[in-house]
Amino acid sequence: MAKRKDVAQAKKSKQALDRRTVTAIVGAAGRVHDRILEGQKPSMSFPLRTLSNVRYDKDRGYFEIGRSKKSRTMTVSTVRTFAQTLRMMSLSKELVETDDFATKRDAYYQSKNWADAAFAEQTESDTVMDDIEALFSVEGISREQLRFVPDEHGGAVAGRLVVFDPDYASGEVHRIDCTQFGSGAYSIPSLVEHLSFETDAKFVLAIETGGMFQRLQSHRFWEKANCILVSMAGVPTRATRRFIRKLSDECGLPVFAFVDCDPYGISNIYRTLKVGSGNAAHISRFFCVPNARYLGVTPQDIVDYKLPTHPLKEVDVKRAKDALKNDPFFKAFPVWAKAIEQLLKMGVRAEQQALAKWGLNYVLDEYLPRKLAQPQQFLP
Amino acid sequence: MSKSSPGPRAGSARSKSAPTTARRTRAAGRPEHEQASLFELAAAPASAAAPRPPAAAPAAPEAADAPARPAGRARAARRPVGAQEMAARQRDISVSEFFTKNRHLLGFDNPRKALLTTVKEAVDNALDACEEAGIVPEVEVAIEQLAEDRFVAKVRDNGPGIVREQIPKVFGKLLYGSKFHRYRQSRGQQGIGISAAGMYGLLTTGRPVVVVSKTGPRKAAHHYEIAIDTRANKPEILHDATIEDAAIPQGTEVAITLEGQFQRGRRSVDEYMELTALANPHGTFRYRSPGSEPVVWDRVTSELPPEAREIKPHPHGVELGTLLKILRDSDNRHLAEALVANFSRVSPQVAAEICAKAKVSPKASPRTLDTRAVELLYRAIPHVKILAPPTNCLVPIGAELIERALRQRIKADFFAACTRPPAVYRGNPFLVEVGLAYGGGLPADELVDVLRFANRVPLLYQAGACAVTKGVVGTNWRSYGLPQSRGAPPSGPAILFIHIASVWVPFTSESKEAVASYPEIVKEIRLALMDVGRRLGGFLRRRARAAAEEKKLGYITKYIPQIGIALQDILALKDAQRDVAVAKLKDILERSRTV
Ligand SMILES: Nc1ncnc2c1ncn2[C@@H]1O[C@H](COP(=O)(O)OP(=O)(O)OP(=O)(O)O)[C@@H](O)[C@H]1O
Ligand SMILES: [Mg+2]
Repeated sequence: MAKRKDVAQAKKSKQALDRRTVTAIVGAAGRVHDRILEGQKPSMSFPLRTLSNVRYDKDRGYFEIGRSKKSRTMTVSTVRTFAQTLRMMSLSKELVETDDFATKRDAYYQSKNWADAAFAEQTESDTVMDDIEALFSVEGISREQLRFVPDEHGGAVAGRLVVFDPDYASGEVHRIDCTQFGSGAYSIPSLVEHLSFETDAKFVLAIETGGMFQRLQSHRFWEKANCILVSMAGVPTRATRRFIRKLSDECGLPVFAFVDCDPYGISNIYRTLKVGSGNAAHISRFFCVPNARYLGVTPQDIVDYKLPTHPLKEVDVKRAKDALKNDPFFKAFPVWAKAIEQLLKMGVRAEQQALAKWGLNYVLDEYLPRKLAQPQQFLP
Repeated sequence: MSKSSPGPRAGSARSKSAPTTARRTRAAGRPEHEQASLFELAAAPASAAAPRPPAAAPAAPEAADAPARPAGRARAARRPVGAQEMAARQRDISVSEFFTKNRHLLGFDNPRKALLTTVKEAVDNALDACEEAGIVPEVEVAIEQLAEDRFVAKVRDNGPGIVREQIPKVFGKLLYGSKFHRYRQSRGQQGIGISAAGMYGLLTTGRPVVVVSKTGPRKAAHHYEIAIDTRANKPEILHDATIEDAAIPQGTEVAITLEGQFQRGRRSVDEYMELTALANPHGTFRYRSPGSEPVVWDRVTSELPPEAREIKPHPHGVELGTLLKILRDSDNRHLAEALVANFSRVSPQVAAEICAKAKVSPKASPRTLDTRAVELLYRAIPHVKILAPPTNCLVPIGAELIERALRQRIKADFFAACTRPPAVYRGNPFLVEVGLAYGGGLPADELVDVLRFANRVPLLYQAGACAVTKGVVGTNWRSYGLPQSRGAPPSGPAILFIHIASVWVPFTSESKEAVASYPEIVKEIRLALMDVGRRLGGFLRRRARAAAEEKKLGYITKYIPQIGIALQDILALKDAQRDVAVAKLKDILERSRTV
């Protein structure tokens, strides 16, 4: 199991990563500068961020961005965006060098110092930020390494896990025991790269709803099942995905997903957790959990456990059909295709909390133990 | 250029309130008919404009003795009127008498318009006379105010003058002139204009027309004071003198004292003078008016327009009455010869064909032909193919000169002009020319100012009833970049100059204010407008493109420095290195703009 890392060692590897980031930024700017000195119109090319430019790599286990690129040549009509992109890169370099970070909103306000190149709206600065992220993802550099952090918070964690959170400035390391939060939980920070773990748990259970997480946590299910509970609260944020990924990679833990049985739970929440999403495929390599597996609720569970259901709505049907037709992930797994078809044929959906029909604690006394006894039956 | 009120709109509103003239549109364009229509109307109850009893006019007693009583009153009396009794009342109506009752038909409906019409008739005559005599015109107009509502309008020209014996008739007899019987492009065409103005003056002030005319530098000038005997439509000479040392070397001066109202702005004498100068760039005009400095419009060119040639009437436009009259008056022995001699484009073969179609002997004597035979001829004419009338009789101002005149008088960014080739309506040759000025100081969010001209005379009234307005409204200006709402002229900072030249302009009434909407005329107007419109569209597109380029250039100067800053920050450049990069980049982008 993972042991506490040497802070100095961690710091060193972080510094190496920072140097790589700065080098990448300087390289990109240098190429623009060179073209200008040659008297040529400079251009930058960004990977195209659409589902059509996504490939599911079965060996690697995540969505990979394809080869399609959009190239932005500096012309009179693109000169504004070009200036903004370069200034945003300059901001990123400054953040790395001062060991600071900026949220999307921060970056938007920073641009107000750029005279005519200031962004009029945050949507503008978000787009430029996404472009830069895509640009450097090709070199294996994530947005977090560029020191742009999401505004949204990560999920919650409870269970048999100790998190080490080093403060490089003071050399102090905070030790966080995730069994010690009583009825509360540990909240995953926006940046997780510097964290390290210690655990004797057997698996990670990633839960869709806060309500289910609450029930399992208050009954200390993690103790009984010897596991770590993570609340995703809907589609998991980047930090949550990265946190689970690190846990799984660094501690060698399997990850099981426990979500609602509906097209949203399956194709959005679970699929994004496992392989990434279409418009963020350039970051999937960092932000997905390829070895995650689907514990439930499965369409078969609805039958086996006689769960109360709701009819599928029009959007659900559309989403399911869309997944079958266009999503490279579901196309790669015939079992999944079969499960979704079954759901469509049944015409119903069931929430994970529907298990409460058989008693409030039925889920932790009966359902989960029964499921966990046969992990080989989990959907891929 | 005055452009204070939305002219065309006001004009169209006006036309609705003047149904009399609008109804008369059908009668337009036929000389014979025009004349006839005057008499027809005279017999009808004159309800529209009851004449004020003129105090000092010698014609006063007759005016009160109206030949036709309002129908309503006759009915109320319920006394059966026998034919004998009616016969006792039936008698000749003189044209002059008719005019005193119907002066609105000739443009004297109110004091303000009367002053304008008086000046207009005199100036039109002056220009006509100069051009016919081959003299580069110099016209002086002076309006002097005698009392609140009393003015003297004086117009002097350097034309050929009028021979002594003719002066009384020209100024003292209605329907006396040199232009009515000729098919020739001129401003006057009816032989009413100046004598009507004189008569109006006499009726409202009791003062006679004062004329001084000199037919050559070494000839004596004649001074006349002429009144009109309206009953007999005859001049009455009040004063006749010979002046040996007149101030002018040659020409005519007319002074009419009249009741009027002097106003500036839309449809004023000011505007008429300004537009006349614009449409007659070969003339010099001097203008004095009450309470303002004299104005001079110098000629734009000293080249006189080529002389307008007279043509014979074309058979396709002829009325039955005219045909009858021409044949009765002809001195040819045979009908066929008379047709060849009196009409344009009638060859012996064509004459023979007309006679054959009509089943009338070509050898018949034209003078003794009975009315039935003439009618057969009249009906046969449309079925015979006859060459269109010659069009070299028309004298356009010319696109080049229109544009030059507009450029000289109007501050604008873009000018275009077009002269259409001649066309024909009802056997009468005509042509249309259009000038356009756009931008500059012209007001941007008003309707486009439409300046109408017929044989170089500005038309200030009845815009709504005019073929010109119809042509402007019927053109799709939006495709040329001017906003236009349905059924309206376009709006925008523009002036349209539209001129119709013809040997006979089909006015909708004797006051010569609006051109009748013959389809051929409206079509030519539209074609001319489309021509200048296309060029305006091209100009506006070019200008929009230039503005876009300008904007891009602004982009370059705004954002390139920001790129310089970013590169300097990231690459730790020195200020000099940064400036090199910025300069290079500017160069690259500016070069690429033109590619
Ligand atoms: N200033 C002038 N110099 C020379 N001749 C003139 C002058 N004014 C008028 N005349 C002659 O007098 C005639 C009558 O003029 P008047 O204005 O009454 O009629 P018109 O010009 O022929 O037609 P309209 O009624 O259409 O104006 C003209 O045809 C012309 O021959
Ligand atoms: Mg006249």
